[in-house]
Amino acid sequence: MKNKLIEIGQIAPKFSRRKLLGGAATAAVAIVQTAQGKNLQQAITVGDLPDDPTKVVGTLAGEVGTRSSFEKLVKKPSDISSRSPLQDFYGMITPSDLHFERHHAGVPTIDPNKHELLIHGLVEKPLVFKLSDLKRFPSVSRIAFLECSGNYRTGKETLSPQEICGLTSQSEWTGVKLSTLFREVGVKPNASWFLAEGGDAAVMTRSIPVKKGWDDAIIAYAQNGEALRPEQGYPVRLFLPGWEGNTSVKWLRRLELSDAPFMTREETSKYTESVNGKIRQFSFDIDARSIITYPSYPQRIEKGWVEIRGLAWSGRGKVVQVEVSTNAGKSWQLARLQEPILDKAHVQFRYLWEWKGESTEIMSRVTDETGYVQPTYQQLIAARGADGGYHFNAIASWQIKPDGAVLHKPEK
Amino acid sequence: MPKTLSRVLLTVVLLPLLIPTLGVFHAENPPQTPSQNIASDTAHFPRSFGLGRVATQVEIKKLDIDVRPDGKGLPIGSGISAKGKSIFELKCAPCHGIGGVGGPNGSLVSSVPAAGKRPERTIGNYWPYATTVFDYVRRAMPFNAPGSLTDEEVYHLTAYLLHANKIIDETTVIDAKSLPKVVMPAHQLFIPDNRKGGPEIK
Repeated sequence: MKNKLIEIGQIAPKFSRRKLLGGAATAAVAIVQTAQGKNLQQAITVGDLPDDPTKVVGTLAGEVGTRSSFEKLVKKPSDISSRSPLQDFYGMITPSDLHFERHHAGVPTIDPNKHELLIHGLVEKPLVFKLSDLKRFPSVSRIAFLECSGNYRTGKETLSPQEICGLTSQSEWTGVKLSTLFREVGVKPNASWFLAEGGDAAVMTRSIPVKKGWDDAIIAYAQNGEALRPEQGYPVRLFLPGWEGNTSVKWLRRLELSDAPFMTREETSKYTESVNGKIRQFSFDIDARSIITYPSYPQRIEKGWVEIRGLAWSGRGKVVQVEVSTNAGKSWQLARLQEPILDKAHVQFRYLWEWKGESTEIMSRVTDETGYVQPTYQQLIAARGADGGYHFNAIASWQIKPDGAVLHKPEK
Repeated sequence: MPKTLSRVLLTVVLLPLLIPTLGVFHAENPPQTPSQNIASDTAHFPRSFGLGRVATQVEIKKLDIDVRPDGKGLPIGSGISAKGKSIFELKCAPCHGIGGVGGPNGSLVSSVPAAGKRPERTIGNYWPYATTVFDYVRRAMPFNAPGSLTDEEVYHLTAYLLHANKIIDETTVIDAKSLPKVVMPAHQLFIPDNRKGGPEIK
């Protein structure tokens, strides 16, 4: 696609060009018109900035919005995943283009007009749904987090929230309840599990208890008000609120009702964790977790009042409280929670703290409505053994240095 | 509008629209479901929305590639380790190492770990079901040409990987009957999730 640089004078010919552009300001207000006629704010360098934006006509209305070129929000990709910049977010919703990614053979390109979802197995009537069929069913929207169960890092001081646990994000998901489709196909009483299969190159599969399908599973085709992003399963995905992300199979092409789990690779050799010499399987629920996202590495703080901010969530229900410690865990204070506090959703918390320049550690811990309190790293090791692995939701601490530097406190 | 025309319009245009609408409001109670919430949420639903089309057995068969631990889904064909070895060296070893040990994408075959190192998780020490090997290799491997192996090749590779992990001997023929009977060393290690929420850390 060729971008064509045009000047304000060309798109607003009825104004005198000299009046609009004061000579040297020309470069600063250049905008980009794409082949489709979109007006976009072009990335401009600080040297090109107009001295006074009130004296230069700005970019005219465009077809899609842009992120300010001053905002450098980026995910942190590896070969198999890409992490959300938790430290850069405000509020509870993850911008769709910054939602974390995890996939097993890349992001497929799928034509929504050709994509179909087959539901078969222990059903009265096996059916094939086109995307347009799915969109005609009664719809539902829900704000909920999605977290990969392999979402924990520690071991060095120079880790940001994104690096420690950036494999969690939150969106408003819209689609049809799976229970609605279960009624349509007539799920048989002896169906206890279903296989969910993706249409990516991994043809990835997970076995899910049928009960979850009846309870709150969504066949989602939209995210934050628009179609799913390809990285999140375009054109249609399974969404299982509160469950480990891998079970919310993307690019969904098939559901097979069965009377037993299928024991696929992703529920046997992966997404299982070593617990005291045994291997724990089908650990679906995400246990409660929180993290302070400000202040965090690599930020620095100054003496005075600091609003400690962070996110808390639980896959088992609502967040009841978040406590913050500013003295390395010796005492804990209640943080304020930002409404609305939703079921199985990220909640923002805040705690006002006056930092007087002392060396200390700050941390947060969440309690959910089941009475579960986010554990320390040592508690998890004591309960499970030293192998680590999936579902590691330990409290993360930040060291505050006298010069205001903030560093992760590596766990041992 | 002449009376006749409006009657025609009512009959031709509106009636077909009304029929499904009537269906919505006079639907019978939905079938019982496991959750009270669902039942109340869907009380106003019709018995069927009439969306989607009935899947034919031919199209189900084309997509239904999964294999269960009881062998359901295994195709005809068979494999032996010796033939699997040559396929493995050609198509798998670049990622998983010669003999299935030490490749850039992980070992598949158990070996003695270096001093002070934990053993790598392999088919031999971590996979609870032999059928998973067939299912996964057929659906997703090799990484650079997923879904390109024939059923026969997958049987050979499965036999090779089981033999290389010392689970079957080299003469064992792997097919739809024998594969589900293979007992994996890790099988007895697997336990269901014991976390239940509440104060206890598990």
